[in-house]
Amino acid sequence: MKKELIELRVNGRTHELAVHPNSLLLDVLRGELNLTGSKKGCDDSSCGACTVQVDGVPMLACTMLAASYQNCDITTVEGISDGGGLGALQKAYGDFGGSQCGYCTPGFMMTVRGLLMRSPDPSDEEIREALSSNLCRCTGYSQMYEAIRAVIKAEQSSPKPELAGARE
Amino acid sequence: MSEFSVIGKSIAMVDAAGKTTGAGKYADDFSLPGMLIGKILHSPYPHAVIKSIDTSRARALEGVAAVVTGEDAPNQYGILPVGHDETALAVGKVRYVGDNVACVAAVTEEIANQALELIEVEYEPLPAYFNPEESMKAERDLIHENRPNNIEKDYHHVFRDPEKGFADADYIAEARYIANEVTHAAMEPHCTLAAFEIDPHTGKQGRLTVWSSTQVPYYLQHKLSLVLELPMSQIRVIKPLVGGGFGGKSEIIPLEIIAAVTARAAKAPVKITYTREEVFWVHRGRPRTIIDLKTGVKNDGRITSVACKVIQDGGAYCSYGIVTILYSGALLGALYDIPNIRYDGFRVLTNKPACGAMRGHGTVNVRFAFESQMDEIAAEIGVDSAVMRQANLLKPPTVTVNGLRVLSYGLPECIDQVLTRSQWSERKGKLARGRGLGMACSHYVSGAANSIIRSDMPHSTVNIKIDRDGGVVVYTGASEIGQGSDTMTAQVVAEVLGCSLARVKVIAADTDLTPIDLGSYSSRVTFMAGNAALRAAEDVKKNIVSAAAKRMNCTAEEVVVCDDRVWKRGADSSPIMEPVSVAASGHVDGQILRGSVLQTRKQEVVTDHMSFEEAVVAAIDVHGGLTGTGSYAPPAEARGGKHKGGGVGPSPAYSYSAQVAEVSVDEETGVVTVHKIWAAHDCGRALNPVAVEGQVIGSVWMGLGQALQEEMVWKDGLLMNAGLLEYRSPSSVESPEIECIIVESIDPEGPFGAKEAGEGSLAATIPAISNAIYDAVGIRLREAPFTPERVLAALRAKRGAKKIEMTEGVDPTQPTSFREHGGSLWYRGKGPDRHANDPSRQGSAAGGGQ
Repeated sequence: MKKELIELRVNGRTHELAVHPNSLLLDVLRGELNLTGSKKGCDDSSCGACTVQVDGVPMLACTMLAASYQNCDITTVEGISDGGGLGALQKAYGDFGGSQCGYCTPGFMMTVRGLLMRSPDPSDEEIREALSSNLCRCTGYSQMYEAIRAVIKAEQSSPKPELAGARE
Repeated sequence: MSEFSVIGKSIAMVDAAGKTTGAGKYADDFSLPGMLIGKILHSPYPHAVIKSIDTSRARALEGVAAVVTGEDAPNQYGILPVGHDETALAVGKVRYVGDNVACVAAVTEEIANQALELIEVEYEPLPAYFNPEESMKAERDLIHENRPNNIEKDYHHVFRDPEKGFADADYIAEARYIANEVTHAAMEPHCTLAAFEIDPHTGKQGRLTVWSSTQVPYYLQHKLSLVLELPMSQIRVIKPLVGGGFGGKSEIIPLEIIAAVTARAAKAPVKITYTREEVFWVHRGRPRTIIDLKTGVKNDGRITSVACKVIQDGGAYCSYGIVTILYSGALLGALYDIPNIRYDGFRVLTNKPACGAMRGHGTVNVRFAFESQMDEIAAEIGVDSAVMRQANLLKPPTVTVNGLRVLSYGLPECIDQVLTRSQWSERKGKLARGRGLGMACSHYVSGAANSIIRSDMPHSTVNIKIDRDGGVVVYTGASEIGQGSDTMTAQVVAEVLGCSLARVKVIAADTDLTPIDLGSYSSRVTFMAGNAALRAAEDVKKNIVSAAAKRMNCTAEEVVVCDDRVWKRGADSSPIMEPVSVAASGHVDGQILRGSVLQTRKQEVVTDHMSFEEAVVAAIDVHGGLTGTGSYAPPAEARGGKHKGGGVGPSPAYSYSAQVAEVSVDEETGVVTVHKIWAAHDCGRALNPVAVEGQVIGSVWMGLGQALQEEMVWKDGLLMNAGLLEYRSPSSVESPEIECIIVESIDPEGPFGAKEAGEGSLAATIPAISNAIYDAVGIRLREAPFTPERVLAALRAKRGAKKIEMTEGVDPTQPTSFREHGGSLWYRGKGPDRHANDPSRQGSAAGGGQ
């Protein structure tokens, strides 16, 4: 199978890449662009460790063909830090113990970020539903809820929105 | 105000930012120039002789650099010195579906996969054993020739007089419990990258460096040395971030050895990363366990005697098996006061992936049986199940009948806490139909008092280096796997030295840089590496203090070091030392490099306070350097009895846990919903409360998975659910609120009083849920997990309804033997009849070998 030339826009930068038509987005991000923050946990879209945002929507890069996402804005965990520092969500996950081994954490960052972008004040039920697309084996999810609620609370009491670098 | 400045504060892990930004590197995130990808060929047969392997076509494929087979590295190894029964790749025969046969190294994963298909292996299938009770009767076609009856090991322990204990009992309960097999399913699939350097003097392959997802870098270094016949000094193992272990990375996983063997043959760096399916096949999880348990009690609930027989379905290799079966017996003790114990344990080989250590190693399934039976007895003799537990408490300090020393014992407070929080006395037995409360307790070791490899060496050693910049670098072999090992180390050192946490940098788990540490397993790190870090910090601190004392013209005893400041006691307890403004002075902390000249001048002035850096520079000027070292070995009194197998179970300290679960049971669908779990855990002292809560909640949650839905389902040695979706570890929608209550018993020997937090809570969760189900609908489930199928079957049995026709032995209230097909009702008949086309059955007259 011959490679073909594609353009991918990742974290605000456009990259010209030669990839096989069957190359998966996750493999291209990790292998070609060295963006190793997105993880491979299951090979079959059941764990969510590879979650990236495509035009703001959380999607599973392990079962997406890279060549199909040429005209999209792809955001990986490397693209969400707040001006080189930790975004509010990233900080909260650390402070509240939402991350232990950390392997699932990039995926959760992207899922929660997607949730808060479309629903800034989600109900507990909404948060629970949103998190169910990602598996964590360390935390039992409890401390993640605390982190997410703390971010939402801070967001509501702060005058300008500064959500995990969600300003676009 | 707290007596500590760093200890006891909830802080983010020192490596948290790397995890939330994606900057942190796990093994699979590394690559090297010229690196090849390794892929392993696995056996499709559960038990077969390898008659021939032809790799010529694979080798000829463009892009393939090497193909290796068992003959390339035939030395045997195993995590236990008495269990060296594995080879890097199969030699002569395969023992489970998924056993390792060959490995290809190629320039891409695609080519490696293609090459695997070109390897031709001729097998001669042998009868296979899947049921441990059948396997124990085997006389021919043994899984390992030196293990008669396929029994890896059996132990028969008698402590005091169990028969007299039963004779003295007013009531005796006896039943069989079965806990099915579960696996770690850590989020990070195992990965190893191995690279040889060229020796500049010989011009040949020299030193080996291995980056691996491991909990035990030093054991890996040791076993690599055995298999590759390379001195340990020529092998460097680096543990990068590890994406969860839970015991699944606490021994040598085949790919770790295979990657090195393949790199040697390919003469290039080789990386192997398991697919998720391979992770399931490599397993090393918690074995299916049959527990025949008999407990005798007096009318007031006091236990007089316990007899316990355990059979573990260990899979095809020893792995940690001997330790697992010993823990199952030993940890009958040290939770309650049991005057007489009989234990018979059998670790049995079967043609399935090897089981190993998993969170709560060896104790979990037996604890499920024990705590369930206690609840049954309490109901039978009319004693509240909490009162029954309170009637059997230990009276520490004490040594149990099986030789376990208990000093700190927070169990009574744990029980009180969960009773209060759950409003036990007001609500137990009084909730609406279908809803119930159940309680259970558990405990676990804070590290094993005796190491796997018998020796007198310290279990942990920590080195500290402080330089003129005032930076404190801690070198520890302890393995951070997400549990907070590096953070704990930094906290302990900062507290002892009286410096800020930001000064401390932890270099961990790199065999070239860090002193030896046995690794992260059996909850040993906080207690053992923590104590070693504490001693190392004290060692280096005494030099800082003596130099500071000289400068301040006082005795060492008068020097106080706290919060980055050093002062003479009594002079001024809080000298004014405003943080220096960089803009104003052009000086920032950590720039005392020109040092000596300026310092000498300063030294002429007697002061009564100084900064941490000034004290450090003063010490370096006196001593020429500033390093410290500390190590920990468990005290002789904690190392247990002299009986055979008495080395497993003893620990310098035990953690304690009590839990109450609130559940509801849908009698139409059989679905059990857990609403809330109150979990009190005695961790000695919480060095970092948020991390302790994370460990306790995580343990309870993992127990919840085993209680309700996780189960490895087997059919003729084939795993039916080798994927995360099919294995069904709980997602957020299935995870209830877990309220963690930290109990601090302050252990006399733990670092700042701390002990285990990461495993002990798991075991109580399964029986707490089972007991709550009984409270809710009156069914006693003696087989885990409590799936809707099992709940419905038990409800039918209770109503006296006609039994649903199912495969053999499926009654979850009276389990008799393992079933072949997990918890599913819709399989009918036995495998061999249904699956005549199974490869394992072709050409084998003996069928399933049973």
